[in-house]
Amino acid sequence: MIRKTGVLLLAVMLLAPFAGPAFAKDMKAAMVTDVGGINDQSFNQSAWAGMERVRDELGIEVVYMESNQEADYAPNLETLYDQENDLIWGIGFMMGDKVREAAEINPEQKYACIDMFYQDPPKNLVGVNFKEQECAFLVGYIAGKMSKVNKVGFVGGMDFDVIHRFHYGFMAGVKTANPECEVLVQYAGAFDDVTKGKSIANQMYQKGADIVFHAAGFTGTGVIEAAKENNRYAIGVDMDQNFLAPDNVITSAVKRVDNGIFNVTRDLKEGKFAGGGNVVYGLAEGGVDIAPTSDKHVPKAILDEVALLKKDVISGKVKVPANKTEYEEVFK
Amino acid sequence: MGKFIKRLFSGTIGVTIFSIVIAFIMGGAILLLAGYNPVQVYMVMIEGVFGKPKNMAWSVIKATPLIITGLSVAFAFRTGLFNIGAEGQFIVGSTVAALFGYYLHLPPLIHIPLVFVGGAFAGGCWGSIAGYLKARFGIHEVISTIMLNWIALYGHNYVVGMPGFARRTNISCDIQDSACITLFKNWKFSEVGRTWFGAHPILRDIFKTPLNSGFLVAVLLVILVWYILNRTTLGYRLRAVGFNKDAAEFGGINVKKSIVLSMFIAGMLGGAAGALQVMGVARNISTLAAMEGYGFDGIAIALIGNNSAFGCLFAGLLFGALKFGGARIQSPPVRAPMEIINIMIGTIVFFIAIPRLIRMIIRWREKRKGDGDA
Repeated sequence: MIRKTGVLLLAVMLLAPFAGPAFAKDMKAAMVTDVGGINDQSFNQSAWAGMERVRDELGIEVVYMESNQEADYAPNLETLYDQENDLIWGIGFMMGDKVREAAEINPEQKYACIDMFYQDPPKNLVGVNFKEQECAFLVGYIAGKMSKVNKVGFVGGMDFDVIHRFHYGFMAGVKTANPECEVLVQYAGAFDDVTKGKSIANQMYQKGADIVFHAAGFTGTGVIEAAKENNRYAIGVDMDQNFLAPDNVITSAVKRVDNGIFNVTRDLKEGKFAGGGNVVYGLAEGGVDIAPTSDKHVPKAILDEVALLKKDVISGKVKVPANKTEYEEVFK
Repeated sequence: MGKFIKRLFSGTIGVTIFSIVIAFIMGGAILLLAGYNPVQVYMVMIEGVFGKPKNMAWSVIKATPLIITGLSVAFAFRTGLFNIGAEGQFIVGSTVAALFGYYLHLPPLIHIPLVFVGGAFAGGCWGSIAGYLKARFGIHEVISTIMLNWIALYGHNYVVGMPGFARRTNISCDIQDSACITLFKNWKFSEVGRTWFGAHPILRDIFKTPLNSGFLVAVLLVILVWYILNRTTLGYRLRAVGFNKDAAEFGGINVKKSIVLSMFIAGMLGGAAGALQVMGVARNISTLAAMEGYGFDGIAIALIGNNSAFGCLFAGLLFGALKFGGARIQSPPVRAPMEIINIMIGTIVFFIAIPRLIRMIIRWREKRKGDGDA
């Protein structure tokens, strides 16, 4: 599947120059992937999908550069600077500092970085963040309602604020749906360790949990494998991961990196670049959501409740905790 | 004809130039197969490397650690050891350099050499573990260095996450300015520096890169390694062990000590490469998901450079240029994916190395036969 898309992409890229004059060459945008590469089935791939939408809908020329190692971030940013792009994206917080450095030394070039919250950034730089806690809250609610044994699990990738937002949002969702429900929590310490994800999830299923939510990138594919083998439920993250195990992934906490990329680039085109600050996308802005395939496994009654809950989160009636302190204020 | 080829292949420089030409032709064939115009690609690469002074600076920056890891592998090879562990030694060197660089507060004149020596020494100790295991227990250094690479990787990741040292998740604190060897590091970000560079765009371009004194150190190390190997008793002894262990022992050389020592020196070089990378380019260390490949590229560089010190210098520069120039092919007008670029670079390296590899195998077999006769 991925290979096929790759070939197709290649074909499109090869043919693109011949289909050239259709696009007005007035604007160019570019992105640098992190070491995960462009076909990582999650973060970078989603970002590139956003760039492709930028190309198709806004007629902006787009390009990406992959990084083999961390030492490639800076030269890749510099190469894209040389090619006079209007906006350069850094994908992922590992690149955050390099993007900021580039922005400081090239004040006339505009930059943006995903998942990076900058402390007073220069005017040509914007940090783009997501309210992961909101989508995690909704999938948590589903898990709380659907657990038959009052026990669910959470597998985190690494112990830092983005994953904490998933963690405490999920806990809050579970407790809102079902205060009796217990949540098992474990961090894998890596985003790329499938075996570890699998063994953690296996343990949780053995302890009796019937639904496990992961926010662990590639590690999480191990969680989904475990769900398949134990014939239990799992909840995916970042993308709609139902395709990985159609009978076991009941929903996914979707983070629309593509929408973030699209919105910021569109704003730039319309002359509203939010430089010198940070933007945060939540449910209200379409930055996060639950997967569209949720209706396959989740009963309609629960989805209706989720829809109501979503409205309350958007209107601010329900405040979703984003970290431990906020969580304990509400649920202790 | 056969005579001509034989003569051509007998001269090292002739062989190298010949194989580089062949290699680029084969790389071009690969590009052609993948549907790209090789002439265009090579033009973009050449423009990418030599087009602007700053691009040349980038190539040199990329080459610096590779030259030194190449030296590390070459040094070990000349003394009869196969150092696959340059990767791990690089990692250990960078970890220790980052720790020394952050926790110590000293004037630059003391701090810079201390961080450098600290990183190199740590790498040396790491290498000598493999040397000791070989000398004492006969454990092959290929096995032990590969294992040590992983220990180094996970140890490194542990250090990055230590409370007090981690600035954010997965990234350590920056080293102090006094340990930094990037040229004009703070000045170029200051108000005065920016105005001055604004008036001198070419210099601004060059110093926008993390240009640092690491390359000079690399050149010094090349000369040092050449001197040790070819002009000192120590080098003679180590090489003698490489040529023939038993003869060396018979000649009164302490073989075990030599093995440990030569792994120590190779490790020091690997560690020095890591330390310079932290001091000059990265300034911090971050969690590694996989090996970064500095040490493994060093193996290819040693091979291309015929295991000679100056050979490594030029092979490293070629590699640095290929890496930096290669990455530029991703963007318009070529837009080749990274995979194609890596295949192309791999093909080029393969065809540069192959005549050498064949000759090495022949020599090795002849030596074997010689051993058998004796």
